Amino acid sequence: MKIKSLEFKIFSPKMIKDMSAVKIEQPELYDADGFPIESGLCDPRLGVVDPGLRCRTCGGMIGQCLGHFGHLELTKPVVNPLYGKKIYTILLSVCRKCSKPLVDEEELKHMKNPMGEIYKLKKKSCPHCGEKQKELSFSKPTSFREGKNELNPEEIRQRLEKVSDEDVEALRIKGGRPEWLILTILPIPPVTVRPSITLETGERSEDDLTHKLVDVVRINERLKKNLELGAPDFIIADIWELLQYHISTYMDNEISTLPAARHRSGRALRTLIQRLSKKDGRFRGYLSGKRVNFSARTVISPDPRLSMLEVGVPEVIAKELTLPIKVNKYNLTEIRKIIANGPNTHPGANYLVRPDGIKKKITEENKKDISKEVDVGFLVERQLKDGDVVVFNRQPSLHRMSMMAHKVRVMKHTRTFTMNLTVTIPYNADFDGDEMNLHVPQTEEAQVEAEMLMATENHIRSPRYGSPIISCKQDHISGIYLLTKDGTKFDKKTAAELLMAIGLKDKIDELKNEVTGKELFSFLLPKKLNIEYKASIYTRTKKTEEFGVDDLVVIKNGVLKQGAIDENSLGEKKGALINILEQMDKRVAREFIDRVSRLSLEMVTKYGFSMSVSDQDVSDRAKKKIKDMVSGFEEESRKVIKDYESGRMKKAPGLSLRDVLEASILRLVGDASREASKIVKDDLTDESNPVVMMAKTGARGSYVNLTQMCAFVGQESLEGKRIYRGFTNRTTSHFGKNDFSLKARGFVASSYKEGLDPIEFFFDAMNSRENLMDKSLHTRHSGYMERRLINAMQDLHVGYDRTVRDSHNNIVQFIAGEDGLDPSKTDGGKPLIKLLNQG
Amino acid sequence: MDGNLYKIIGGIMSKEEIDIFQSALVAKHEVLNEDEKIILLKNLHVLEKQFPKIKSSDPAVKAVGAKKGDLIKITRVSEIAGTSIYYRVVVN
Ligand SMILES: [Mg+2]
Ligand SMILES: [Zn+2]
Ligand SMILES: [Zn+2]
Repeated sequence: MKIKSLEFKIFSPKMIKDMSAVKIEQPELYDADGFPIESGLCDPRLGVVDPGLRCRTCGGMIGQCLGHFGHLELTKPVVNPLYGKKIYTILLSVCRKCSKPLVDEEELKHMKNPMGEIYKLKKKSCPHCGEKQKELSFSKPTSFREGKNELNPEEIRQRLEKVSDEDVEALRIKGGRPEWLILTILPIPPVTVRPSITLETGERSEDDLTHKLVDVVRINERLKKNLELGAPDFIIADIWELLQYHISTYMDNEISTLPAARHRSGRALRTLIQRLSKKDGRFRGYLSGKRVNFSARTVISPDPRLSMLEVGVPEVIAKELTLPIKVNKYNLTEIRKIIANGPNTHPGANYLVRPDGIKKKITEENKKDISKEVDVGFLVERQLKDGDVVVFNRQPSLHRMSMMAHKVRVMKHTRTFTMNLTVTIPYNADFDGDEMNLHVPQTEEAQVEAEMLMATENHIRSPRYGSPIISCKQDHISGIYLLTKDGTKFDKKTAAELLMAIGLKDKIDELKNEVTGKELFSFLLPKKLNIEYKASIYTRTKKTEEFGVDDLVVIKNGVLKQGAIDENSLGEKKGALINILEQMDKRVAREFIDRVSRLSLEMVTKYGFSMSVSDQDVSDRAKKKIKDMVSGFEEESRKVIKDYESGRMKKAPGLSLRDVLEASILRLVGDASREASKIVKDDLTDESNPVVMMAKTGARGSYVNLTQMCAFVGQESLEGKRIYRGFTNRTTSHFGKNDFSLKARGFVASSYKEGLDPIEFFFDAMNSRENLMDKSLHTRHSGYMERRLINAMQDLHVGYDRTVRDSHNNIVQFIAGEDGLDPSKTDGGKPLIKLLNQG
Repeated sequence: MDGNLYKIIGGIMSKEEIDIFQSALVAKHEVLNEDEKIILLKNLHVLEKQFPKIKSSDPAVKAVGAKKGDLIKITRVSEIAGTSIYYRVVVN
């Protein structure tokens, strides 16, 4: 059967009574012997929460009986606090005497939203009976006033009762009779939704809902007694209001105008609405998101000794996470050994499931016995150990590389997850306190699937740009450059140490007495590799087609003949070497990445790599050159401004004269920065300058950064323009109005190293703040955009006939992406062509 | 094309006389014959209703004179694939 539609209605008193199993009359829960009192809030007919007992209504045991509602007859009616506003709009729409809508029938028929329109008419008297209408007011959550008099729920109910069924329809009131909004009978939820907990001391602790219901029943009884005794009206009114308060807070304990009902300890009670709403309410906490078993979360830290395939798991976590292993004749001895270790010694086991399905916890005491008992057909929940497949994840999971399968390496003395540095890029992780999650697939099928589809190896090439994403960064690049640049030589001993670090012990015999860095690096390359490309240092230094010593990388038959290895070989997106190795064989690429990242860090450690402030010193000659150059540009800008002010400025199509001025000044300051960059570049020629080295090789920073540090910062901008905000026609009060000079509009002529003057500093801060805001706003928007796209396309799939279809097999595309290419199997978007000379 | 533009501006050309396929922005539309249609549906293992749709009021559909239920083959110039072929079924 297919559900056509769902309708949400409110309970009528009759329905509440019909589904009730118990009429609640007693505010007490248990008698002196601790047995639940009949017709109390824990009446056994309401269901069972204690193991072993049977339900008095249906006879079911715990788990079989879902519980049964009871009901409480309220001595006097009470407003449903969740419908105060609704009651108010209905009251405003009907006559206070005859309860007919306060408009002509004809008019009513044409109203789209009668209750929203009638009160706006502000009818003074009823068009049906002529009754004068009085001013109505409503104050949250449950009190109504008419003129000076308080309207009590009884009076409201009478008015609502009198609204005819036809008028209910005409007023478009949906979900039942209006008088049902005034409670006369309160449904009492079964004990299963408010179970009591028995403490170790034998003391019972009741649920918040039960506490609240006790209050309701107690006040209800007191009201009844007082009525029977004929108590004075003001006392009755007081108790009635108290009943209203308890019922209001029973439904919602966060009504702003009511003081929250509190526990003895002062904690606010968690009543009905509180159970549903907010982060850990029923919806967000249990339906949209759930707790996950066999998962772990902790801080991450780097370990270059690990392979990019692996993840270091602290032993404390490995002992807690388990895998179910079926015992067979092949693994029996191994499993016995593991069980004999018990739950506290690492490769141990935590649970045993006998063939009859009975589960037993393995303890230090019974581990010997269980080890003997276990046999083929048993199931053992074994602790995580080296080589197990796990899924590793860092939020936000924006692309598929955010969840990859790794192999476990259990670490005895760590408390963090450790990982190779190259997978830091796809996870977008750093180690300033980032935490990551780990999941253990429980079935063999899931493990194999995770390994085949999600292994890091399979994600070296990004589907976003079709080139390596698992790649080298920062010190990796610096290190490998130091190793492979011209002139790096090692004696046999040092070379052997480096080889040992990357696990190439057997290659040590091949070493000569003197080994160059290039020879050493060649050990990482497969013999059949032939490739030629430009290094990063080339494009970043020269303009003409002439190559410096290390500018052109040439690899012949797996030997690095010339060229330095840098960002163009190993970096994200560029990584020509990783790219070609991945095309040969992803395992070769993985091995290469593991070794090259390890070797480069070993190199950088041995050689030592640091920068100091003096590395940004430029010669006095260059300083003067820059200074002269800047004053030249300043002079030129003054000329342009003069032209503008005197009206001699040339017009340009589509631009106002002001625009032309801005454009030419922007061009001037841009030229100035470029000029400065060139001067700095030509001045910092020292090969061993680490800052320059990092910029050239692409390890970190750029010549722009360098220029800003040692020449001048340049033009600060806001909204893509020179800085113009602040006072009327000027940026700060230090300048005259309409001062268009460089200095007045955010040109910073000081360098970061020598320091900015206060005005420059202020402009710089404006620019920084804009960047900061843009970054956070932009990521939020693009993140949401991406989520919406993912949501809209999540059930599209590519079929075996290469068509893209949705879940109803409707065709969306006839060939995926018009070209049928999987970008993660392309070279920067182009189909992979084996660039190999051989094989 | 320039000639057409001139005529349009001059108000000489009626709506029907304009050849929308003259524009580079309008892809080539062709009506499949009955045999081609059957083969295509068979090859893709789909029903007509699972096809992408195009309104019979679409200018290109009107220009090729297709009726409801016809399959239209659209040949587009694609930046990534050179040309790409798409099919749509005409609906009202
Ligand atoms: Mg971080
Ligand atoms: Zn029951
Ligand atoms: Zn009336």
